[in-house]
Amino acid sequence: MVEFQEDLSVVLGGAAGQGIQTVEEILTRTLKFSGYNVYANKEYMSRVRGGINTTEIRVSSKRVRAFVKKIDILIPFKRGVLPWVKDRISESTVVIGEKENVEEEFLEKIHFIEVPLTKMALDVGSQLYLNTIAAGIVVGIFRGELSAVEEYLKERFGSKGKNVVQKNIEAAKKGYELGLKLLKEGAVKVEVQRKEKARNEILLSGAEAVALGALAGGMNFLSFYPMSPSTGVAVFAAQHAEDFGIVVEQAEDEISAINMALGAWYAGVRAMVTTSGGGFALMTEALSLAGMAENPIVIHLAQRPGPATGLPTRTMQGDLNLALHAGHGDFPRIILAPGNIEEAFYLSAKAFNLADRYQVPVIILTDQYLVDTYYNLPELELDKVKVEKHIVEAKPGYRRYELTGDGISPRAIPGYGEDVVVANGNEHDEWGDITEDAELTVRMQEKRAIRKLKTIKKNAPLPRLIGGEDAKYIIVAWGSTLHIVEEAIEKLGRDDVALLHFSWLYPLNPEAKKFFEGKTIIAVELNITGQFAELLRREFGIEAHHRVLKYDGRPFSVEEILGALKGVIE
Amino acid sequence: MNLPKGREAFEPKRPGSKDVAWCPGCGNFGIRNILISALTELGLRPSQVAIISGIGQAAKMPHYINANGYHTLHGRAIPIATGVKVANPELTVIAEGGDGDMYAEGGNHLLHAIRRNPGITVLIHDNQIYGLTKGQASPTTMKGMKTPTQPWGVFEEPFNVIALAIALDASFVARTFMGYFRESVEIIKKAIEHKGLAIVDIFHPCVSFNKVNTYAWYREHTYWMDDHDPYDREAAFKRAIETDPLPLGVFYINEKPTFEELVPAYKRDKTPLWKREPKVEEIKKILDIKRRL
Repeated sequence: MVEFQEDLSVVLGGAAGQGIQTVEEILTRTLKFSGYNVYANKEYMSRVRGGINTTEIRVSSKRVRAFVKKIDILIPFKRGVLPWVKDRISESTVVIGEKENVEEEFLEKIHFIEVPLTKMALDVGSQLYLNTIAAGIVVGIFRGELSAVEEYLKERFGSKGKNVVQKNIEAAKKGYELGLKLLKEGAVKVEVQRKEKARNEILLSGAEAVALGALAGGMNFLSFYPMSPSTGVAVFAAQHAEDFGIVVEQAEDEISAINMALGAWYAGVRAMVTTSGGGFALMTEALSLAGMAENPIVIHLAQRPGPATGLPTRTMQGDLNLALHAGHGDFPRIILAPGNIEEAFYLSAKAFNLADRYQVPVIILTDQYLVDTYYNLPELELDKVKVEKHIVEAKPGYRRYELTGDGISPRAIPGYGEDVVVANGNEHDEWGDITEDAELTVRMQEKRAIRKLKTIKKNAPLPRLIGGEDAKYIIVAWGSTLHIVEEAIEKLGRDDVALLHFSWLYPLNPEAKKFFEGKTIIAVELNITGQFAELLRREFGIEAHHRVLKYDGRPFSVEEILGALKGVIE
Repeated sequence: MNLPKGREAFEPKRPGSKDVAWCPGCGNFGIRNILISALTELGLRPSQVAIISGIGQAAKMPHYINANGYHTLHGRAIPIATGVKVANPELTVIAEGGDGDMYAEGGNHLLHAIRRNPGITVLIHDNQIYGLTKGQASPTTMKGMKTPTQPWGVFEEPFNVIALAIALDASFVARTFMGYFRESVEIIKKAIEHKGLAIVDIFHPCVSFNKVNTYAWYREHTYWMDDHDPYDREAAFKRAIETDPLPLGVFYINEKPTFEELVPAYKRDKTPLWKREPKVEEIKKILDIKRRL
């Protein structure tokens, strides 16, 4: 018998199009509703049918927010799943499924619980119910609430008619009873405490958090060209466009998408584009225009491995350098990288105030891992989000590029006020007209690239230190690796190790330097060169003593970080 | 301070707008005067108009007319103008640029703008040459013309934007020659008043780099379509493929809903996007759903 306690990782694997997502949805929703903390993340191939996709669902008594490598319970829906995840399987892994989906060579290494999924599905009426049966089994093993499963199935399949709903409920019940039977017979033992609190928490994905944050921040225009893994944000926004009274437009290409958004901002709207590396590359020309014209813009850049098409559906923190250096000429920008789903919400909202206030491009740097991750979280505090508008009226004599002390000119918009607003991508005078005057060019360059940058830097928030201030070792992480590193440090259990997490990447507040003094610095990044470590070197002259880097297109796991930290520290 | 009225209102007083970059005798001057007349005759005020231009000599228009303006990137005036219009449909939005701007770098955007049909007016200063970069062939340069970069003579087929736009069932398609002042003013007024995307190809000479398509050439090689029904697409297409003399006038009008009318945002509420506040209640609704099953 295998016993699992408090924190389990359930992995489902099968071909694209086999309905794994349905099982994932049933499980995460109903287990959360049954009072468990849940976390889910998927990895998938760039294809519509076939291949092997997997989903990891962590079910825990504690809040869980990080990817783990270990698999406690594995449900394969086809042959090939076990070899695909072989390095995540151990002797304590329980595989539940049909024999034909488990390769011979694994039978000795795992605990195999054979369940006749196909036969059970056919008994219900069709092979189609296999997924629901599998979901039922897992819910049964956790003694989850069957009524929740039923409610969910009614919602999910309601539009397909009563019969489909009834059959699915029947299938879920069959699975559920089998799950309970497995427990009773002692085939597997699961002890996870329920937390009543989790029941009414919000189950939200990273992509949804970015979209909702943007909406809370006043986004009323979103343009995009579909590209994995950034499209989820556009899908969510499009589906709610009418209710929110916003425009969501799929442009002919990324060039058009960002230029539309620039036009919308020029006319007073809060606009965003959502894209990934290759799309952002196309947008760099317009990014430069935003820099010169001081046209605000918010860009959601969901990273995936490059160069070029790279690994379209996988993850990497490889586009920081692109975000930092994109565009020709010198102009300031702000780069944010949410560490978790809450931050994805709050920072996406804040991005609009920043763009509006400083009139610069604000890039929200997420990645496939973050946008495709979801878990239950407590309240999102909408009151915390304030929409700060910085638009002025164009009164007679208005000058779009008025030279000011802090490098920020009051921004008027066409049609609000009697006078006109002239914006310009050429070097310009205070009114916005073209100039080739040397002295004026110097003043305008300094306004943008020095004075404005200084103002932003001064107001930039500091990184978050998790752990003691006097820790000897500082793990430097940014963006979506937050909770993975955090959990690894927790498991490491040493007081002399702290995490310094950056979700505001650029420009860095000069005060941030103090966190590094006298410390052993370990940079953890999901890219091959340590792009953020290089940025720290450039900005502060700080050298990371160790770099923990991964670049196979997969997220870090808690175990990997833990192993690497042990290697460095002990 | 009272701002001037009428035609005078569109004459810029800003210091930087005095130094006009166009060559003496350039057709752009004529287009500027035509546009100012059209805007004045339509009773518009500078604050109600936004001229979005790309790059090039034609694209300098926002500096020589007093109106809201955004001088942007080569080929990108149309998407930017689309964003402006959807943000604030109350504005009269004009996208302006040369033949390179709109047909070469911006070609893809023009095609898709025709599909999207935003209520903007696209004015193309078509002098059949690249002027600012000193005389290379443009997408409308005639076959056989020798240039510094096509010393063997252009062998590519010139772009027939009129035929293309009609083929794509564009909303409003016209061509004029800036040498005909009154006719051009009337065409541009019609284009601005037209509800959907209006494309006006405006012939004008480049006195410095195009020695073929001169003022005289345009007069000799064009004619006005006096007996044409712009609502007849087939007839419009037939006219569009005539090559010499080239027809001038409104080729085609196809009244259809605009982008701003069709986007869900404006279905129930006509308030311009820029005046809207975030709907926190809707976010709460979504979060409540995410809290349940």
